Amino acid sequence: MALSAARIGRRRAQNALFVGFCFLVTTLALTALALILYSLLIQGVGGLNLRLFTMSTPAAGTPGGLINAIVGSIMMCTLAMAMALAVGVMAGTWLAEYAGESRYGSVVRFLNDVLLSAPSILVGLFVYEILVAPFKGFSGFAGAVALALLAVPVITRTTEDVLKLQPTSLRESAIALGTPFWHVVRTVLWRAASSGIITGALLAFARISGETAPLLFTALNNQFFSWNMAKPMANLPVVIFQFALTPYSDLNQLAWAGALIIAASVLAVTIIARFVSRDPKPS
Amino acid sequence: MTDPAPESLTPGTAEEVGARAIAPGTDNSIIEIAPERIKIDVQNLDFFYGKSQALKGVSMSVARSAVTALIGPSGCGKSTLLRTLNRMYGLYPGHRATGKILFDDEDILGPGVDLSLLRARIGMVFQKPTPFPMSIHDNVAFGVRLYESLSRAEMNDRVEESLRRAALWDEVKDKLTTSGLGLSGGQQQRLCVARCIAVRPEVLLLDEPTSALDPISSARLEETITRLKSDYTIVIVTHNLGQAARLSDYTGFMYLGELVEFDETANMFTKPVTKRASDYITGRFG
Repeated sequence: MALSAARIGRRRAQNALFVGFCFLVTTLALTALALILYSLLIQGVGGLNLRLFTMSTPAAGTPGGLINAIVGSIMMCTLAMAMALAVGVMAGTWLAEYAGESRYGSVVRFLNDVLLSAPSILVGLFVYEILVAPFKGFSGFAGAVALALLAVPVITRTTEDVLKLQPTSLRESAIALGTPFWHVVRTVLWRAASSGIITGALLAFARISGETAPLLFTALNNQFFSWNMAKPMANLPVVIFQFALTPYSDLNQLAWAGALIIAASVLAVTIIARFVSRDPKPS
Repeated sequence: MTDPAPESLTPGTAEEVGARAIAPGTDNSIIEIAPERIKIDVQNLDFFYGKSQALKGVSMSVARSAVTALIGPSGCGKSTLLRTLNRMYGLYPGHRATGKILFDDEDILGPGVDLSLLRARIGMVFQKPTPFPMSIHDNVAFGVRLYESLSRAEMNDRVEESLRRAALWDEVKDKLTTSGLGLSGGQQQRLCVARCIAVRPEVLLLDEPTSALDPISSARLEETITRLKSDYTIVIVTHNLGQAARLSDYTGFMYLGELVEFDETANMFTKPVTKRASDYITGRFG
């Protein structure tokens, strides 16, 4: 059968059209991202100074920094990630390795997917009802629990997915040595899936580090520096939210600097984790 | 394909079978092995994947300190048979085996068998290399740590001994702490052999161990297997008839879930008794 020149020409044109379209939408998405980062950098850099890391949030017109919010955010995110990793990795492992196609497994998987897309403000309200209202006070703990609830479904889902990607032969060869299954999971599968699990944890961290809505109902805010997680706690997202809405330019400036700090720390954590979890290269 | 033999293998209706006056399997040719040489004795083994039957009344003896090869076309049940010998099938619901498999006179299909102990005594190497995501040293030490508490020096000796037996030592002795994933495919497969023999099993099950390897790596692995056969009882599943002929002392030919012919390898490849084995070996089907 002879090749038809017209047919090849048409195929080439279709190919060029498709590649061009992909290129266009990628550019569009990247441009938007670049513009956001550019304005964040331009507006935020002006606010960077030592006071940010030494002084607490000020009233309008007085000098101040963000140290109370930075420490509050770090404490709440750390506690939230610790809780979410413990629950999420275990739940994901159970779904991938133990639940199989069981009915209970599918129900848990479905509910996790629902939670994955639940509006964060609802999670905030939920925690308000169970941890804030009964104890008659906002607290850092409640904030951490709300953030953990947002992180758990992300970690559960990615853990399940990356464990399912591990080849059956890997499981079988560990079992063929007589290894108890729980030991196989711990020593072989988690290690083989570690970079994927860490990616999931990073996605979760990136998501919760900028969450404002759930913290408004739980940790609220605190003008003063505090280590006490049983009390209301300052945090970057709520400070940014409040300061960005004020008419005072010095507070607006602090909000920009706070946003830049969040973006930079997510980037830094991502780079560090990638470096730590990189796959060994063939020698 | 005018040869009627393959068709006669498909399980016929009772009427057809009656017409040919043979029950399925009666024209099979299975030699006996002297009882004192038997390491594993498979007796009348049926295997089911859910409702479909993958092994039909397989009876076969595996001789001690010898290589037994299982050959046959894809889907004939040879890997299934291999995986019943260490009860690997038990991982999957709906897979079940009936019959007897006597391993040193203990029925491993019976209740109360300690699977960890069984698998420590019967090791397995798979088709694709499966190094664990850890250092070469830790890969080899992995199984040993499950069963023995060795001192650091003893463990180092065990790792070296196992890697030497698997003919990998010279290539990795300077990089034992680097990841096992960094090795080439052939090296990875020899690492899996080393990991398996480090536990000091009595039997090695090899499931198409060279099918994912290039010819040179395959040849090296074959040398390794040849060197191991004085100390271990080896069962190997292979699609490579040349490999079966080179490596094994006994060969079983399987077809559609039955063991059709079992004989000393020399006999099997020079004067097969059954037409089906003869056709397969001469390349007329399969």
